[in-house]
Amino acid sequence: MATPTPTFVRTEMLGPQEPPISQSGAVKWLRENLFSTPLNSLLTLLGLAFAYLVLRTVVPWAWNGVWSASSLGECRQIIAETLGPDSHAACWAVIGERWQQFIFGFYPLDLYWRPVLAFGLLFCALGPILYFGQSGNNLRIVGASGLLTLGALLGVRHFVAKANPPSDAILSDNPMVLVIAVVIFALLGVVAKLRPQKLVWFSILYPLIGFYLLWGGSVWAPIGTLVGFVILALVWYGLQRQVGVVVAGGAGLVTAAVWWIWVQSAVTDKLNNAIPLGLLYERSDQFGGFLLAFVIGVAAISASLPIGILLALGRRSDMFLIKTLSVGFIEFVRGVPLITMLFVASLLLQYFLPPQTNFDLILRVIILVTLFSAAYIAEVIRGGLAALPRGQYEAADALGLDYWQAQRLIIMPQALKISIPGIVSSFIGLFKDTTLVALVGLADPLQGITKIVRADINWKGIYWEPYLFVGLIFFAVCFSMSRYSMYLERKLKRDHR
Amino acid sequence: MSEAITRQIDRSHMQISDEVAIQITSMNKWYGAFHVLRDINMTVNRGERIVICGPSGSGKSTLIRCINRLEEHQSGKIVVDGTELTSDLKNIDKVRSEVGMVFQHFNLFPHLTILENCTLAPIWVRKTPKREAEEVAMHYLSKVKIPEQAHKYPGQLSGGQQQRVAIARSLCMKPRIMLFDEPTSALDPEMIKEVLDTMIELAEEGMTMLCVTHEMGFAQAVANRVIFMDQGQIVEQNEPKEFFNNPQSDRTKLFLSQILGH
Repeated sequence: MATPTPTFVRTEMLGPQEPPISQSGAVKWLRENLFSTPLNSLLTLLGLAFAYLVLRTVVPWAWNGVWSASSLGECRQIIAETLGPDSHAACWAVIGERWQQFIFGFYPLDLYWRPVLAFGLLFCALGPILYFGQSGNNLRIVGASGLLTLGALLGVRHFVAKANPPSDAILSDNPMVLVIAVVIFALLGVVAKLRPQKLVWFSILYPLIGFYLLWGGSVWAPIGTLVGFVILALVWYGLQRQVGVVVAGGAGLVTAAVWWIWVQSAVTDKLNNAIPLGLLYERSDQFGGFLLAFVIGVAAISASLPIGILLALGRRSDMFLIKTLSVGFIEFVRGVPLITMLFVASLLLQYFLPPQTNFDLILRVIILVTLFSAAYIAEVIRGGLAALPRGQYEAADALGLDYWQAQRLIIMPQALKISIPGIVSSFIGLFKDTTLVALVGLADPLQGITKIVRADINWKGIYWEPYLFVGLIFFAVCFSMSRYSMYLERKLKRDHR
Repeated sequence: MSEAITRQIDRSHMQISDEVAIQITSMNKWYGAFHVLRDINMTVNRGERIVICGPSGSGKSTLIRCINRLEEHQSGKIVVDGTELTSDLKNIDKVRSEVGMVFQHFNLFPHLTILENCTLAPIWVRKTPKREAEEVAMHYLSKVKIPEQAHKYPGQLSGGQQQRVAIARSLCMKPRIMLFDEPTSALDPEMIKEVLDTMIELAEEGMTMLCVTHEMGFAQAVANRVIFMDQGQIVEQNEPKEFFNNPQSDRTKLFLSQILGH
């Protein structure tokens, strides 16, 4: 037995060594994750067997699917001929035949370019928000969405020309559209390249541009609405130093409301008579499918975040009235099912508006879905606010920052970062909830359009294919939102780098 | 006890003027029904370096937090640089931009770089142009000896470095008074010295300072007055030599024997 030496001095430091093979790479992963104990090995094998059983049926069904047929009967006939009787395969032809309804609803065929252009520009507007000030990313987004939009416009043009007997209106309209689209995307690209931060102005204007492209009508209507917002901003800016941010905001809102309700239509009517400019007006009941889901989803998501932030701040406010109103609003809205809110939108809201106001159903639905989601977002953000140490507020106070500066520069950037997973969950939920608008008579992709397609005599009895198609698109959108939120969390991570 | 202070202190700029910087008269504060601060009377002249000590819960932190209104007092009067602290937000903001504060837990903004931490308040409160604010920030960061960390985030710095950044951040507002709320209590022994050195340098330049601290070596070396608090009241105040060698009240003697005993 060696006698232990009481003193020890290391003369040479050890360098790092390679880990043993069983502790690295694929072997280690398999061992730790799949075969760590006999029971886990058994469960792994059972799981693999189950996956095999499921895939053995699903994969050939989807793979052998028929892509071109004009009815379900024809589909079944083709399957029976090629795969033999009693064999099952998907009938994807229904997607090929009716895709335009899933995407555009009942929007007029020769006006498809409007939603296509609006959708392409949506990404250009999202770019500066998702990647603020990053020239490279914004340029890539503008470039990619520009190319895809042009491709889609050409494709739609081709499709329309094939579906309709060529009429003068379509042929004279479309080339101009292509030229305009090229010019718009080129301009956006130049701005993204040279002044990526200025691109955010396009994002701010986009709601009006998108709204106008989709609904059309006189060009003066969105400009009149914009003037209202400019009035709001001017009144707020002029008064905020004297009377404070909240009162100035209220005053601005009241002035803008006066403009919107009593002045705007008179002015825009006159302008429209003098200089009639505009696109064909489309009614809301022509919207449907994913066009509808995106209009409601995107509008409600982008409006509910700022409202949610204000509600969360209101709930933590020292001012009794603001606090009570915020708590009351949040608790009331969270306590009511979304469907109730949608019925309010479709039936009740009209009673509260001045008579003769023709308030679009989709717009009403957007407002109530926004308020609904804002209440949830407010609670998520309140969680983020509560997670911040008190010291952050104190340090901001001690440096002499006022309330709004402290919120904007210190508190919100941190609270929102903490709340990202919750906020994105709310957004994903909201996007999927847009399918509920079927209950107030709008043709959402899942209930509305799929029901219509399945009611068609040619496709009666089809079940899996349209639902899978709709589900896949929903999944793609929601999954990208979730990946973006993970990217954002990584990007904003500030510790242990 | 004074092993942290090793260098000779240059007293040539440490002059106390007749001008009053802070005047507190019969101030009281309650947390709910609990009477935290009882009848505080205190005058601080410009250029004074005051150390406030006392057992935990004696109200010393609350006292200096009242001076920039992080805590509200319920009666009495606090006048800072001629501005009385009332519920008037304008006065509060004015006082806060003149009074720098350093916290026990640094309270740096973790989502901003060191440089952004230092330039934020000058840019938004003082409306200094960004470039000028950055120059000032780099000047103070060099002074606290960490200019090379300017583009890192607070989470990447050691505690001592973070506290020095916090001091630099306050100095960037060019305050006339500095408050320190136990600036070394959350630090490892190795890092206490670097923070105390920074504070000593500040004292040597003639800054008016109020420090809540348990660093008695710092008090002896730098302070011109030591205030001992217990149960929300000022029990004894004296110049450091007298305070440590010849304490008058029994409560002070007990406290000193406990912290200097080992």
